[in-house]
Amino acid sequence: MDNVSKDYMIKLLEKGRRIDGRKFDEIRNIEISYDVSKHAEGSARVRVGDTEVLVGVKLEVGQPFPDKPNEGTIIVGAEMLPLSSPDFESGPPSIDSIELARVVDRAIRESKAIDLKKLCITEGEKVWMVLIDIYTINNQGNLQDAAALAALAALKQAKIPEYDGKKVDYSKRNNKLPIVSLPVECSVIKIKDNLLSDPNLDEEKIMDAKLTIGVTGDGEICAMQKGGKGILTIEDISKMLDISLKNSEKLRKLLK
Amino acid sequence: MYGKRIDGRDFDEIRKIEAKIGIVKSANGSAMFKIGDTIAIAAVRGPRDLYPKFMQNPKSGILRCNYNMMSFSVDERIRPGPSRRSREISLVTENALMPAVNLEEFPNAVVDVFVEIIQADAGTRCAGICAASLALADAGIPMRDMVCAVSVGKVGGKIVADINKYEEDYEDGSTDMPVAFLPRRNEISLLQLDGGIKKEEIIKALEMARKSCEKILEVQRKALMEKYQNG
Amino acid sequence: MGLVIKEKEFVIPGDVIAEGIDYLPAQGVFREGDKLIAEQIGIVHVDNRLIKLIPLTGTYSPKPGDAVIGQVVNISFNGWSVDIGFSNLALLSVRDGSSDFIERKSDLSRYYDFDDFIIAKISNVGKGNLIDLTMKGHGLMKLQGGMIIDVSPSKVPRIIGKQGSMITLLKELSGCKVTVGQNGKVWISGENSENVIEAIRVIEKESHQSGLTEKIEKLLGGK
Repeated sequence: MDNVSKDYMIKLLEKGRRIDGRKFDEIRNIEISYDVSKHAEGSARVRVGDTEVLVGVKLEVGQPFPDKPNEGTIIVGAEMLPLSSPDFESGPPSIDSIELARVVDRAIRESKAIDLKKLCITEGEKVWMVLIDIYTINNQGNLQDAAALAALAALKQAKIPEYDGKKVDYSKRNNKLPIVSLPVECSVIKIKDNLLSDPNLDEEKIMDAKLTIGVTGDGEICAMQKGGKGILTIEDISKMLDISLKNSEKLRKLLK
Repeated sequence: MYGKRIDGRDFDEIRKIEAKIGIVKSANGSAMFKIGDTIAIAAVRGPRDLYPKFMQNPKSGILRCNYNMMSFSVDERIRPGPSRRSREISLVTENALMPAVNLEEFPNAVVDVFVEIIQADAGTRCAGICAASLALADAGIPMRDMVCAVSVGKVGGKIVADINKYEEDYEDGSTDMPVAFLPRRNEISLLQLDGGIKKEEIIKALEMARKSCEKILEVQRKALMEKYQNG
Repeated sequence: MGLVIKEKEFVIPGDVIAEGIDYLPAQGVFREGDKLIAEQIGIVHVDNRLIKLIPLTGTYSPKPGDAVIGQVVNISFNGWSVDIGFSNLALLSVRDGSSDFIERKSDLSRYYDFDDFIIAKISNVGKGNLIDLTMKGHGLMKLQGGMIIDVSPSKVPRIIGKQGSMITLLKELSGCKVTVGQNGKVWISGENSENVIEAIRVIEKESHQSGLTEKIEKLLGGK
């Protein structure tokens, strides 16, 4: 981010305005489209302003963890494609993409969004593995909230393929994946003393700190991640929670 | 059934094509290309500085392509990240586009082309090349011609254009031959083949590919006009 | 023989615009044998015997005499490296760094520091795209405060307007300082610069439509 614009943006914030004209607690326009890739058990594309993320869910038969012999498993991965930003490079997953995936994973796992017991095929031997892959298409800031929403949208739509004990028949998908709660993520950043929802890329580049908050349907917080190099006060966090609880309702409504 | 294919197409008929320009806003150029159920997107970034420096060419810019299939683009999930297959396709994609672009104006720089397959149903490398060519034109990279690509081949003894997934997996064996043309110059910049086929059949298939590429070019032209003439 | 594609028609790379030797290729057009062929997306423009394309897209290609906005990314003993949004960095030597004399061994960051934005003129484009800048000339300076936005370099002529008509309008109606670099970087400073940014986005999007001036006037609260 260039300094000229940084000074300008901070001056604007002091006047109570954001660079794209939004209110401080206002999120960008969101579009969700489903079924964007037919070989996936569930897939969704989410646009938050000009930020775009694609998520596909695949199901495979695998072994359960020894300590949870009757539960399916979840694996979340994220690829920050160099296609989506001049700042992303080819190669093994960057630390940012690992964080992106892990924070999406945390909200889904901790809110028990998927009824994993229903994904048991043979106790201790075979369970469904839910593989959630996130791909960034365009980065204009706040990939985190977009990815979490896209993951949830794809999960909600996902159907379980047929399995005869030997082979998975991906051409036949019947029952819906058992989704029992809807954890959405809402990020708020801090620039000087200003708290801004759903940061765009310019804002993200000059932020001091960020808090991503995962909220479940009943207003419960299921995940948090503080990001950025700066600090937050208890007062900040309290305000950020209020903002995110409010915005999370809007996101959940989009999922229907 | 005689005279028709499993999906009702004529032997020389390609699947339905759609193309759209400008799908990745932050890129210098981008496009989506859909043929049948195969969907490819491509984005161009650059010309930009090339690192490491020893890769730079002081006489011309270089073209660098990266082809990737999304993990969920097929039934059996693919592990994310590069594979031997995707590396080879990245290379042949680069070679297919190279003769079309002129990067002399950009010494020491690189033009990056990223191809992502969102949904795969045969012919992904060709769809990727068609999308990449559109993205390069959208980015304003000087080009001698567009690049159009299609997979032709032999299925059940018949020479066919634009092989679909079913034909590719045909149990009595099929021959798959991806071809890229610089359509106005009649130059071929991609040619691969696996299967078993006679010379005369290859020539017939190439002729079919050439005609198919003319159709692809018209779809590409329309997509570019849509973006630039109508705002 | 002659023109195959008419004036003002839309072309894509590889389209044959003319055949024979009556015409000469200019910007965006190349000759091969007896054919003149489009190298880019553009609109055909025939100027006497010259055929060129009015570009609709593309990156900035530096030309001597262009005023550009760039950012200082490195300082060495003999000058500054400046990012002008091109694949290669441009060089501003100590000698050309200011109209005033800069003493040898002085602290160059006192003139232009890291991350500073400057409006400079391209003095030379050498082989291998070695670009030299100069700060000697009217209006060339370090940019302080304000905001820089990126526009497509192909839209710069529309933002400047005929004989600078559009940019004059923008400045007069908004009261802001506005400077447009040929490299597609625009510097805006003053109260309500958001309105100017919005106006520039409208110009970018609707550059080919008529009634643009009226629309901009309305947007910026003019008559």
